[in-house]
Amino acid sequence: MAVQPIRKPTRLEPWQDPGQKPYVRIEKVTKTFGDFVAVDEVSLSIYRGEFFALLGGSGSGKTTLLRMLAGFETPTEGKIFIDGVDMAGIPPYERPVNMMFQSYALFPHMSVEQNVAFGLKQDGVGKAEIKERVGAILDLVQLGQFGKRKPHQLSGGQRQRVALARSLVKRPKLLLLDEPLGALDKRLRERTQFELVNIQEKLGVTFIVVTHDQEEAMTMSSRIAVMNHGVIAQTGTPTEIYEYPQSRFVAEFIGSVNMFEGRVVEDQADHVLIRSEDAGCDLYINHAVAVPAGATVGVAVRPEKIALSKEPPANSDGRNVTSGIVREIAYLGDVSIYLVELKTGKTVRVTAPNVVRRTEMPITWDDEVHLSWRPFAGVVLTQ
Amino acid sequence: MKQMGKLAWALWFGYAFLYVPIALLIFYSFNESRLVTVWGGFSTKWYAELLQNDQLLGAAWLSLKVAAMSATASVVLGTVAGLALARFGRFRGRTLFGGMITAPLVMPEVITGLSLLLLFVALEQAIGWPDGRGMTTITIAHTTFTMAYVAVIIQSRLVSLDESLEEAAMDLGARPAKVFFVITLPIIAPAIVSGWLLAFTLSLDDVVVASFVSGPGSTTLPMVIFSSVKFGISPQINALATLMMVVVATGIFIASLVMARQERQRKRDEQMAVQGG
Ligand SMILES: Nc1ncnc2c1ncn2[C@@H]1O[C@H](COP(=O)(O)OP(=O)(O)O)[C@@H](O)[C@H]1O
Ligand SMILES: [Mg+2]
Repeated sequence: MAVQPIRKPTRLEPWQDPGQKPYVRIEKVTKTFGDFVAVDEVSLSIYRGEFFALLGGSGSGKTTLLRMLAGFETPTEGKIFIDGVDMAGIPPYERPVNMMFQSYALFPHMSVEQNVAFGLKQDGVGKAEIKERVGAILDLVQLGQFGKRKPHQLSGGQRQRVALARSLVKRPKLLLLDEPLGALDKRLRERTQFELVNIQEKLGVTFIVVTHDQEEAMTMSSRIAVMNHGVIAQTGTPTEIYEYPQSRFVAEFIGSVNMFEGRVVEDQADHVLIRSEDAGCDLYINHAVAVPAGATVGVAVRPEKIALSKEPPANSDGRNVTSGIVREIAYLGDVSIYLVELKTGKTVRVTAPNVVRRTEMPITWDDEVHLSWRPFAGVVLTQ
Repeated sequence: MKQMGKLAWALWFGYAFLYVPIALLIFYSFNESRLVTVWGGFSTKWYAELLQNDQLLGAAWLSLKVAAMSATASVVLGTVAGLALARFGRFRGRTLFGGMITAPLVMPEVITGLSLLLLFVALEQAIGWPDGRGMTTITIAHTTFTMAYVAVIIQSRLVSLDESLEEAAMDLGARPAKVFFVITLPIIAPAIVSGWLLAFTLSLDDVVVASFVSGPGSTTLPMVIFSSVKFGISPQINALATLMMVVVATGIFIASLVMARQERQRKRDEQMAVQGG
């Protein structure tokens, strides 16, 4: 994963500050459709100004959770508070929230301007002010020229920005975005990610974004909640989620990962030692885990944290070092992916930057190579 | 080639079967002679005579009024029914209602007519309304069976309408009633127009149901035609039938144009959705 968060880390983050009150509080919310549990006892606290991502595969309940915040679905159980107010029984048209729909839901019989002005009209804002605010927001999304067009006369990217403008023009405190970039092609999506973050920071609106694209979630958000089958698997900053996944699901869902199975043989305050048949070596990890010696655990090691060499690493104690044969090499330009078959039969994925030209690369197909990684690279997973 | 020839013949024969009687009717409406099947030269005198015939004109006027009123009523009721079936989720007995709304489409007209007549008679005895049978009862009767067609048209349009449009409007602060009038109604307007035209045409056509529920002095045009034909076909009736056909054909033509436009719009919407809109 070469992706870095767009935003710079700043100040004390609100979720670490016990004095902060969450802007949105979701308390043990469950939603069932018949016998099917779409959202299962979800609890979340989201703070003012956050760019919060709900990340999960298709059908994991992200949209349903968002629709409960907007008021289109009623939680079967649990409570939702926005700005301290219980949202139970408050219809969508009275919530201080706006939503950008996955399908954009632009009104086909109205021009771009009329679409954007719609929300202001409902609030009884004066004509002159409507004109001014619509103009300003269309300029912000760079659609000043397109006000008179109908939605079907716009490209996909332009429609996306109309939908964004329409949901922002009422200056909501909280904006819900359902797969806002899902329908755009890759290039446009990357550019729009930056625009979205810029607009969000400029207006200071709290964003909750639903996405199934982990790169998108990693680059844009301040925090991510990973959802799986209606349950929140983990909540944390992009770095936390990537570097310290708490479960196999999260480790495997975000980026790619090598999983080694093993048994805890040494369990100390500052390290653990795990004997792994899979890896063909002992795994030494420099942090403690809350599992007793003898327990079976998984160890996740990211492909980019493994070093490849033709010579055995110097002054090694045999821990976190194994060897195998290179079976596949995928050249991606900036990095190459090596699939190495260990003596134990397990295939390990390694990514390495291409520091030299491809033709000069020392490691090639069917070479015997040594793999090694540092004590901090592995993450012990019990679930 | 030979195959094609046979097919073409079959096609011609089929169309001839459909349209020769109508062509003959139009042709003989311009016949000079009083004898319907003997050509006596071209003339428009039957049309002129038709315009003098107060009974026919009265019946035509009644038919148009009934058709317009019942079409309007059935559009209102049919839209409500279509909306309920397409939008209000899975309420109890929705499948039953969904099936029942289409029943009048296949119900024999004599049964519809008879049952409505019984209803009106019973109502008159019970509450004194409707007072006798006439325009009101015909209009109500026509509304009941044309409404089913309208409801089906509206429902199918609503099913293909992206529900998130309505949700988006609500999200932006519009109350449900406002959403209906400002978003839903304008978008489904073509379906409503074609529903109205269809209802209008059906009402204008009907002779069976109207015969059951009409009273003395309230005879619709098809009823007049039907009864006068019993005493022999007159060229005047041919002229009248030609005019009616023009009205009905125009109605159907406009309805299908509107439907075609709506279909194109729907396709475009769908494409938009696929391309990311
Ligand atoms: N109105 C509904 N009725 C029945 N099932 C639903 C409804 N809405 C969503 N679901 C089901 O809930 C699950 C989660 O859906 P959704 O929240 O849309 O997932 P996601 O947005 O993560 O792809 C899906 O399996 C879906 O079929
Ligand atoms: Mg979804």
